[in-house]
Amino acid sequence: MSEVILQIDGKEVSATEGMTVLQAARSAGIFIPTLCYHEKLEPFAGCRLCIVEAEASGESRLIVSCVSAVEKDLVIKTRSERVDRIRKTLLELLLAHAPDSPKLQDLAVEYGADKNRFEKDASFCVHCGLCVRYCAEVVKKNAVGFVGRGTKKEICFVPEIASVECNDCKECFPLCPTSYLQAAFVLTEALAFPNTSSEPDSE
Amino acid sequence: MDIERIDQIIDSHRGEASSLIQILLEIQRENGWLPREALDRVRERLQVPVSRIQHIVTFYKAFSLVPRGRHQVHICVGTACHVRGATRILDKVEEITGIKAGETDLDLKFSVETVGCVGCCALGPVLEVDGKTHGKITPTETAAVLKSYE
Repeated sequence: MSEVILQIDGKEVSATEGMTVLQAARSAGIFIPTLCYHEKLEPFAGCRLCIVEAEASGESRLIVSCVSAVEKDLVIKTRSERVDRIRKTLLELLLAHAPDSPKLQDLAVEYGADKNRFEKDASFCVHCGLCVRYCAEVVKKNAVGFVGRGTKKEICFVPEIASVECNDCKECFPLCPTSYLQAAFVLTEALAFPNTSSEPDSE
Repeated sequence: MDIERIDQIIDSHRGEASSLIQILLEIQRENGWLPREALDRVRERLQVPVSRIQHIVTFYKAFSLVPRGRHQVHICVGTACHVRGATRILDKVEEITGIKAGETDLDLKFSVETVGCVGCCALGPVLEVDGKTHGKITPTETAAVLKSYE
């Protein structure tokens, strides 16, 4: 593996070939905000918050750092007026769906995002896919998946699998940026297997 | 649709998980919809998670998880048909069939669906029944067209 030297926020960073810009930045201790990224999972490029400005041979373009490989002599700016403006709008759009998510609120303060800019459409899920991908890639149970498309897309537990696997796992719960996952699970449990988890409580 | 026929379809794709969509499409085409038993069989044979099947069959409009009628009625509500009075055609269809767009009647005769543009805007408003296009249609003609189907 050959080494690649690039510049992130004015700092020389050495990275291994094949690494993403996001990984390189993290390894150098430079923070890039993310919502759908998880180190154990394949990059998803769903939230787009990790967008950064990349300069190569005099031209500046916007790249999504979690799916962009490092290149020699790349000059990355993780904060700029352009990047901040895009992140602000993205956050405002996400906040229309999950206005009370602590993770989104923290980022909103940082980027000056106004959670009332867009009409509220509280679906709570922001489609980061962390639960779906964690269950498929790490736990390998596929107890939760996406259904639908576009504005009607949502996460959905598979009752037959969830009733057997989820009560002893729940590893995806802390990953959810909005807590909608927990709500979806409780709903599935109440509808499809109401008696299985009440037993341990009655001790 | 019996399990043997589903197995035949799966076998014709050598049971490969990468042919999941093609297999589902063939079952959909022959059976008109995807019953749960069929999906369970596909899942067992291809060894794919049920969440992936769910994702696919709810993503593509070509798939239906509920029984469909013998005749597929499509009313174009694209921009051109809309300004040429597609809503009146839709109202008429809903009045005759007694169901709303997206539904199937109890006799499984008609499934009514609104569609985007069907690509012949000059013929708007357009009504499609089982793939046959009826252009420049009026509410009165709509009634006659639907009556000709059993």
